[in-house]
Amino acid sequence: MEAIQALKNQDHSGRRQLKDKLFFYGIIVLSLVTISPIILIISKLVVEGYRQISLDFLIQTTPDTFEAMTAVSNGEKIPGGIANGIVGTLLMVVLASAMAIPIGILTGIFLYENQGKFMANLTRNISDILQGIPSIVLGLISYLWVVKHVTSGFSALAGSVSLAIMMLPMIVRSTEETLKMIPQTLKEAALALGVPYHKVILRVLVPTGFSGLLTGILLGISRILGETAPLLLTALGSSVISLDITKPTSAIPLLIWEFYNDPNMVDLIWSSSLLLMAIVLILNIVSKQIAAKRK
Amino acid sequence: MLAAGMVYSLVGGSVPAFKTFGLKFIVSGEWDPTEGRENYGALPFIVGTLMTSFAALILCLPLSFATSLFLGEYFRGTRVARILGLLVDLLAGIPSIVYGLWGFYVLRPAMIELGFGGRGFGIFTASLILAVMIIPYATSLSNEIISMVPNDLKEAAYSLGATRLEVISSVTIPNARSGIVAGYILAFGRALGETMAVTMLIGNTNLVPSSFFDTGNTMASVIANQFGEADGLKLSSLIAIGLLLFLITGIINAVGKLIIKKMN
Repeated sequence: MEAIQALKNQDHSGRRQLKDKLFFYGIIVLSLVTISPIILIISKLVVEGYRQISLDFLIQTTPDTFEAMTAVSNGEKIPGGIANGIVGTLLMVVLASAMAIPIGILTGIFLYENQGKFMANLTRNISDILQGIPSIVLGLISYLWVVKHVTSGFSALAGSVSLAIMMLPMIVRSTEETLKMIPQTLKEAALALGVPYHKVILRVLVPTGFSGLLTGILLGISRILGETAPLLLTALGSSVISLDITKPTSAIPLLIWEFYNDPNMVDLIWSSSLLLMAIVLILNIVSKQIAAKRK
Repeated sequence: MLAAGMVYSLVGGSVPAFKTFGLKFIVSGEWDPTEGRENYGALPFIVGTLMTSFAALILCLPLSFATSLFLGEYFRGTRVARILGLLVDLLAGIPSIVYGLWGFYVLRPAMIELGFGGRGFGIFTASLILAVMIIPYATSLSNEIISMVPNDLKEAAYSLGATRLEVISSVTIPNARSGIVAGYILAFGRALGETMAVTMLIGNTNLVPSSFFDTGNTMASVIANQFGEADGLKLSSLIAIGLLLFLITGIINAVGKLIIKKMN
């Protein structure tokens, strides 16, 4: 009788072990499924896109549909490149950074200096919620603000305003988190030496936390680089290189969207996407590396 | 300040639409841009948004849950976990439009091959790509919370003879539950507002979708699609949709943040 009971127990525990094993393998399989898209996407981009990449691709502007069509029908490579997109993207990212970084860092310092106060909490909550607002809504807002009232037309400025709003909460967040990690004693030592308050911030806090701030900024930039939706509503796109911020301008993601909609230019989408992906991923990895070094 | 200004101008822009259609704007299923008898209702897009986002959430659940257990429990701190974690993070770095391209040229033909009807567009295809896009957001938070569950609790359970699965289901998950839920809420908020990839895959029809394999439109995709040719009442209706989207995502995010705050 007892032997049977023991056998039964053993059988039961065997089933438990089996379940445990199955679950473990299930986890591994599902995790591999999770990461398979990124490998598939990157390999697809590389396989389809590397042929179009050349110096011309980087320094010439986009061909018009007709040129592309002739080239395709003659079996040649599509002439031209995406220089207008690269310049436009750079222009808008620089403008957006110029707006978002100072405001973001100042707000971050404000939050850090006023821990627990009502205004700071309110600001922090609003900035957190802002981070979750869909980019297309930010595009709409920038359309209402800038396109309608400031430049009275689609413009690079409008595009960068929407990108700046996107970047802002990330910079605020990372500034505050970085400053929190700096030892209080450092600040107190500086204050005890009679250093005026603004100099404490500029000469002590900001340099010490520099790599943290840089990480936040780079992540912010890598996030706005690939944004398409808000630019559709604000910067519109253009086929020439334009540095005038009150005129419509192009951007790499906008060009991808145009190529996607134009059957003659479809060949260009992969190389443009490859370039965009490469820039974004490199920025991502670099900023993670900087962050990892800090710790 | 900034936020107040944003709400103000969105509300200002959508006044004409709400004035003309009143509350019917939200519940009306018609979207008719024909000159003379223009009639705009946001219901098809609200339904489309909710359907795609929920489907994406359900699809992403097993994947991101498994990944966060992989990272936070089974292989915590090992090199394999670091690499996997890096790859998952990179998923968040891929631009939306690249997801859209991949979905259009790789996933859509696959869907046709599998026999999911028509030309492979539709809510299901869009939710699949959306699920991949929100995995990193759902994973990173629940992974963090899972790895924060105190070791003594787990060790106590092991010493009672529990298997790993039993430890996970009776110790780790109950302890991390609210964090995991918050992660999924935030990921849901992301899914609601995704634009480009969804626009490229959902098929863009302005009717209330009847099944998950139907084509449709989400609030974000209709704005992206129709903004170019919009003016007057239509423009105002699109802005009103933007306002609705703003409010919905704002509320969802606030709820998610609230849960996280309660935990701490």
